[in-house]
Amino acid sequence: MIELLAQTGLNALYAASYTALVAVGLVLIFGVMGVINFAHGELFMLGAYAIVAVYADWNLPYLVAVAVGMTFVGIVGLGMERAFFRPLRDNPLGGLVASIGFLMILQALVSMGFGVRMEHVPPVTQDVIVITERVRLPVFRLAVILAAVVLLACLWAFLKKTRFGWALRASAQDPEAAALQGISINQTARIAMFIGAALAGVAGALTAPLISVNPHMGHSVIVTAFIVIIVGGIGSLEGAVIVAVAYAFVHTFVTTFFDGVIADIVGLLLLLVVLIVKPTGLFGSTDRA
Amino acid sequence: MAKLATLLGFGAILLALPHALSFSQQEILVFLTINVLLVASYRLLTLTGEWSLGHVVIMGVGAYASALLSKRLGIYVPAAMLLGAVTAAMIALALSFPLFRMKGFYFLIGSFAAGEIIRLLWKRFRDPFGGPKGIKKIDPMPDFDIGIYAFDFFEPISYYYFALAVVGVSLWVMWRIERSPVGLTFHAVHWQDRLAEASGVNVRAYRTLAFVLASGFAGLSGALLAHYIGTINPNSFDVEQMVFVLTWTIVGGTATFYGPILGCVVLTILNEIVLREAGFEQMRPLIYGLILILSVLFMPKGLESLVRGAFSGRNARKNSAGETEAME
Repeated sequence: MIELLAQTGLNALYAASYTALVAVGLVLIFGVMGVINFAHGELFMLGAYAIVAVYADWNLPYLVAVAVGMTFVGIVGLGMERAFFRPLRDNPLGGLVASIGFLMILQALVSMGFGVRMEHVPPVTQDVIVITERVRLPVFRLAVILAAVVLLACLWAFLKKTRFGWALRASAQDPEAAALQGISINQTARIAMFIGAALAGVAGALTAPLISVNPHMGHSVIVTAFIVIIVGGIGSLEGAVIVAVAYAFVHTFVTTFFDGVIADIVGLLLLLVVLIVKPTGLFGSTDRA
Repeated sequence: MAKLATLLGFGAILLALPHALSFSQQEILVFLTINVLLVASYRLLTLTGEWSLGHVVIMGVGAYASALLSKRLGIYVPAAMLLGAVTAAMIALALSFPLFRMKGFYFLIGSFAAGEIIRLLWKRFRDPFGGPKGIKKIDPMPDFDIGIYAFDFFEPISYYYFALAVVGVSLWVMWRIERSPVGLTFHAVHWQDRLAEASGVNVRAYRTLAFVLASGFAGLSGALLAHYIGTINPNSFDVEQMVFVLTWTIVGGTATFYGPILGCVVLTILNEIVLREAGFEQMRPLIYGLILILSVLFMPKGLESLVRGAFSGRNARKNSAGETEAME
């Protein structure tokens, strides 16, 4: 029993790592631009397909493929900002609806380019750390967890220590006051969108060798991300990380002891309960929407 | 009198239309008729200012309920359809308690989550919902004869006439609701909710009423769909379908009754004639996504604004001056 709990805990930690990356990106975009990016799951999917193309098809090194995926998805994010989030800045629901339209476009383009069947990405490494007979941690999963921790630490340092980070947080707090201080709202929106999208892309790229990659994989990702950011309090980065970890544990344990669909239902019920009881979320303070 | 003549002429065109079409086009016409009811009900929901992302799932509730009632309990199909609509309305009533504690953006996410829960329940519980494969071999409409016309529901043309009658009556009821004091209160709740509340209007009750009524009609459209195609599954009512409804509604515009219907008809014709004939059917989601973005960006008031522009001489001033004022 202890071994099963330990193994499930390790699985949960891995799920927490990429969930946190996706959710933090979504929160960053919402914080700075005040819009929910419904296409965030599809940015994750694009990151995974970057691995299919660069690593599996062109046989380039895995790390190169991750870097390409991250940059490419970040640039797609810049395109989204320029194409519809910026013109619709005064209309957050319009921005959300436009991102739903963009989600369909990305799915259709990927389906046309790669086909709708599942893609299999060859494993990067098959080494396994054997802790005990029945508790094993594949090295690749450990690498994903460490990569997520490093990326989130870098983001934290960027936001707290650099001038760009200060500007970003200022325009998240009060765009008008920030603009009066000479901060370019367009520039902070671009930075937030690039980082947010790139985080979703890198999460997709990191997990691609471990999951089935298909054009519709973004759906479960965005559902999970919504649960995490609403429960965590929309706009709170710390809340998103904490809830991502907590939710990954709940979801993994319910999946292990019941089944995956029940786990999804539990998560969505949590989301509804939080929306009813405390719409600002567990860690949210102010309400921008 | 002129109005009556226009209406009769329009009705005659609708009755004659299928005879000018091929078999597969007749089938599309049936789907179009059902979708017209769906978008019209969606507009009823948006009257109070809330945009739901769960409307297609509510349609599915009607479809599942009607299919199960006729298949499992042997209830006469038209009665099962009505009960399906009632079930959808009841589920909506139950959902309204959590959902209407939220507004705007939170309502959007909340309705999305509620819809996903319902879809996951269909997927999880093989008995009675059939799991991911859904329900197959749903009882078709039983044939009947009304003297002047014998309905043979193996033919799409018969089902088209049946659906046209159901949708026609439903649209008339929705039109009457909107023109009644209740409908005017819906507008007030949308555009002046504080003022309405201060004037003694129970804002939440009216929001709930609009939601429940709209869900009932959506459920009816789902029941019509289920007994026509004979197979439904959780993916028949997924986000992609919701995007189609959103696109029709936004492209058409929500300020008038006919706006979303216009959007639905124009985009369906565009889809069937242009895309299918040109062999671009696979690109349908792509084109819809593009149209959705472009219309949010460049035509926020929808196709109806073009129609209004064309008739701006007499009709617009007479009929929609009040609505335009309410819109601003």
